[in-house]
Amino acid sequence: MSPHATRRVFTSKGQTDGCSPPLSLIPMAQSIRRDSPELPDFSLLKRLARDQLIYLLEQLPGRKDLFIDADLMSPLDRIANVSTLKQHEVDKLYKVEYKPIVSTSDQLCFLIRPRLQSVKWICDVVNADKAAGKFRRYKLIFTPQKFYACENVLEEQGIFGDVTTDEWGFHLLPLDDDIISLELPEFFRDYFLDGNQRWVRTAGCVLHLLHSLYGPFSKVYGIGRCSKMAYESWREQVEEGEQKGRDGEIGSVFLFDRDVDYVTPMCSQVVYEGLVDDIFRIKCGCVEFGPEVTSSDKSLKVMLNSQDKVFNQIRNEHFSNVFGFLSQKAKNLQTAYDKRCGMDIKQIKTFVSEELKGLKQEHRLLSLHIGASESMMKKKTKQEFQELLKTEHSLLEGFDIRECITFIEEHINRQCSMIESLRLLCLLSLTENGLLSKDYKSMKAQYLQSYGVDHLPTFANLKQLGILVEQPTGETLTAMENKVGKLVNDRAAGKLTDAFSSLAKKSHFRALSRRLNLVPKSDEEYDLRVPKDMAYIFSGAYVPLSCKLIEQVLERDGWTGLEEVTRLLNGQEFAASGCSEADGKARSDTQRTILVMFLGGCTFSEISALRFLGKEKGYKFIIVTTAITNSARLIEALLDNRA
Amino acid sequence: MSRAKADEDDYWNSSKFTLAFTFDEEDDDYTRLKESKKAVNSISALADEDDDDDDVEKVSWSGEPVGSISWSVKETASKLRPAGDSRELGFPKISASPSLPKNNSVYSLSSLFKGTAQYSTLDTPARHYAPELRKPKCEYKDYISNWSPQETILKMQQGKDKMLLLDKAVDGHDGNIITAVGLPHFPHRHQNHLFDFIDVLFRELVGRETALRHYIHYLKESGEQKVLLDLFRSELLQYKHHLTITDENKRRDFLKTCLGLPFSPEDSLHVQDHYTLLERQIIIEENDKQVERTGQSDVFKRFPRKASILNMPLITTLYYSCFYHYSEPEGTYSSPANIRRTFKLAEKQYFLTALAARAKLKAWTDVDSLFTTRNWLGFTKKKSPVAFQRVLDILHKNNAPVQVLEVYVNLLEDLELKINMAHKFKCHDVIINTYRDTKDKKQLLGYQKKFDMSSAEHKKIADVLNNSQIRWKN
Repeated sequence: MSPHATRRVFTSKGQTDGCSPPLSLIPMAQSIRRDSPELPDFSLLKRLARDQLIYLLEQLPGRKDLFIDADLMSPLDRIANVSTLKQHEVDKLYKVEYKPIVSTSDQLCFLIRPRLQSVKWICDVVNADKAAGKFRRYKLIFTPQKFYACENVLEEQGIFGDVTTDEWGFHLLPLDDDIISLELPEFFRDYFLDGNQRWVRTAGCVLHLLHSLYGPFSKVYGIGRCSKMAYESWREQVEEGEQKGRDGEIGSVFLFDRDVDYVTPMCSQVVYEGLVDDIFRIKCGCVEFGPEVTSSDKSLKVMLNSQDKVFNQIRNEHFSNVFGFLSQKAKNLQTAYDKRCGMDIKQIKTFVSEELKGLKQEHRLLSLHIGASESMMKKKTKQEFQELLKTEHSLLEGFDIRECITFIEEHINRQCSMIESLRLLCLLSLTENGLLSKDYKSMKAQYLQSYGVDHLPTFANLKQLGILVEQPTGETLTAMENKVGKLVNDRAAGKLTDAFSSLAKKSHFRALSRRLNLVPKSDEEYDLRVPKDMAYIFSGAYVPLSCKLIEQVLERDGWTGLEEVTRLLNGQEFAASGCSEADGKARSDTQRTILVMFLGGCTFSEISALRFLGKEKGYKFIIVTTAITNSARLIEALLDNRA
Repeated sequence: MSRAKADEDDYWNSSKFTLAFTFDEEDDDYTRLKESKKAVNSISALADEDDDDDDVEKVSWSGEPVGSISWSVKETASKLRPAGDSRELGFPKISASPSLPKNNSVYSLSSLFKGTAQYSTLDTPARHYAPELRKPKCEYKDYISNWSPQETILKMQQGKDKMLLLDKAVDGHDGNIITAVGLPHFPHRHQNHLFDFIDVLFRELVGRETALRHYIHYLKESGEQKVLLDLFRSELLQYKHHLTITDENKRRDFLKTCLGLPFSPEDSLHVQDHYTLLERQIIIEENDKQVERTGQSDVFKRFPRKASILNMPLITTLYYSCFYHYSEPEGTYSSPANIRRTFKLAEKQYFLTALAARAKLKAWTDVDSLFTTRNWLGFTKKKSPVAFQRVLDILHKNNAPVQVLEVYVNLLEDLELKINMAHKFKCHDVIINTYRDTKDKKQLLGYQKKFDMSSAEHKKIADVLNNSQIRWKN
């Protein structure tokens, strides 16, 4: 394998002549059948959340200091600002840091996620005040809801009577026109690893909220156990007779459990937005570009959404297309500025008042994205990105598995990125339906030797989730089957985890891939500039399973004909008709507006794929996700090598 | 079909994977990007002429938009830290007894099930001007609305109905409630009671896995690891406890106690290795600290240690030992050979680590001897357990000189790869010789143009070209 001997790899036509038209002029698909409908206005969600917060703040009249959970700060920034808070008598703002506080205010307000650690800290604060004979009012605002377990801590610590508690139903944060996030990254580990269902009702509430604002939904499809429960939870919350005869803005809803498809989020992202997320980590729709991107001595936080005109045109593009686009843009910009040269005073005046501002804005954005691209290219060279991609593609295709294993082994031996090594191992296991026993043992041993035996619990987690497993031999299978039964009698044995892992999903990637045609034939040319299917988001090597399922179900208006597929996915699929019947033509636009809700997170690549699908088929997708995820975040959520 | 190495070119050139992007400096895309950057930068003078920056967000020194909440929080934090006062304030220790005795707590079971009971007790004027619309929509219905609080308590008091309640909660798919229902029976500080509870739970386990998982999660989140440990005797959880021990000797001793835990056979080996490794790291660390302090060893002076070797992974330890203790005899704990043997490391693992360490030190003779094997006739041969291309990668990253790189470039079998690598590392001799051997006059002439007339390379190429023995193919 030789990354350096590979010469020019990107060879599609029109790339090298330098005068190709800007990408925006090339339709993504050759035939666009219908225009996609308009999106509903989700800024309403922000207004609601803000008004609720203000109401809650007013419940504690007078000046007060506000303590905010670290991971609530960015979401809060998206819906309110300091002056909003000041108007409602918030004096100072602090971050929750689990340290003693220095506030002098006699009223303290805590804005937190319902976590026991935060509540315990607040108890410490209150008890410390008591010990010092200081009297203050305390208000705890839990978002999106409070848990009984939290109140239990208050009671145990004997401060239940000293504080007031409230709930701030800030369930949904619109990150962009078509992306809404619950901003609950812990959903993934809580539910899928620990089997805790405390967020299931939250998911139900979200559906309820969207339904009451933008519904009624005409159809609900879903796959996965959590989806099913969320659906049921929502149905319980819907009151009879609610919103009859209203015209909804959302047609169908698709609920998707992350564990139905782990392969897709384990792949390296090569679409611009996904790549930016993989490398710089987009947080709450915002990315911090360091000095290496801004070519100055300071970092810059940039919002990445459809408001950024340059970004909007490249976000869904394969990274190799981005260079051409950016250089064309730069040339156009130069020409636009050059226009000034031959102008008289009057013309310059018009130019300055009408065009200059726009040009300057574009100029600023352009230099940022050029800087980002440059910096990404540099980073990716270091990590031998080409070899990595080649290995991933071989795994997806099922070719040269031995060579892949050797590559992963050397990756581990050389102590390259610990997360990346684990990701490749998971991808190997997921696509091969587990590792051969001897491979599993040897890879695990080498991993522990390179990155520390402390990772033993991490391997247990991955096994439990079913994403890095040993292929079962006949013998172990029967043992597994007996285990749950045995548990009842054998209470002394610490075999609980094993019993749970027997319930983990089995991957049948190869069979699914064949049946759904996820890996296009390797002898076909794939022109990334004119993508023909969703595979373009992975360089034409793989159609994401998650998005393919959505496409199929929408096309068939249900799961009929996909029986074999759902069997391979361990079942749990459902389809239900909504509360209202579509009354013909007037609602046809709505029918093509589809809300996809990912429980456990989705990646930017999947969003790009769905946007592509939407353009192809005239749908408009709205993505609701518990959080934006990627391979690194998924794996980090499963690490267990820290105290 | 199997994709052999020979097919690789094909793969990269024209397969459906018209995918990837190369990043060499000479790359078109890269150059283009640089040009674009230049173009954009050249206009910046123009754009900055006017002062109306109103379209640009105002950002503070930290890059946060001024007026944002994150920015404001940082502001408070920096104002709060008076110069010189960086000591951490601890929570004053107060007696653990809660101010409100539990038995007359205001927090009754009924309030537990009435999630809305404690909603704002302050009736303030603020309420009057807050329009009803802004009031948080109280979606909280009573979860177990079929029962009155009294009934619920009654049912809970009759222990036999615990499970019924639990099952109902599980059916409702609401984790919050599942935990809450269990909480009163969850006396995590009173173990006897807990065992009773778990006893019941285990007996009823079939179909109640969900509830059990909630309790485990609850215990984990509230930091009651000890209860969990005792309860489930989970070996991994117990093992994980070592991470909380900072003293290395105590940690080692703790790991020793873990050796007896019922791990699977393979995991038990890993834990044994962990213990052995830490035991040795402690010895090595103590010794090396001493050596470094007294300045006895040259390598420690030239490359002062950046961190202690304690608690580092095995491969890192091997690297360390190849770096500082390479030539030691196998008998010492710190020698690479000893580590390799003790932990039964594979050849490739040892080789890659030793290569990286010796290359870092620019000990090129050591590097060379890593590859040299002698057959029974006494001939030497260069062999490597990994591809020479990977070797070159590692050497190049460590700034190996051309003379060193040349040796390994010459060992590449694929001619095209060899030429590419030679170009990359500027191994002129290899290139000239290869073109000579392939009788490629055209390429050779082209290559000659890169050099000064006076240079050695120019002369060498001229000599080759003048050699009348060679029958050029072009």
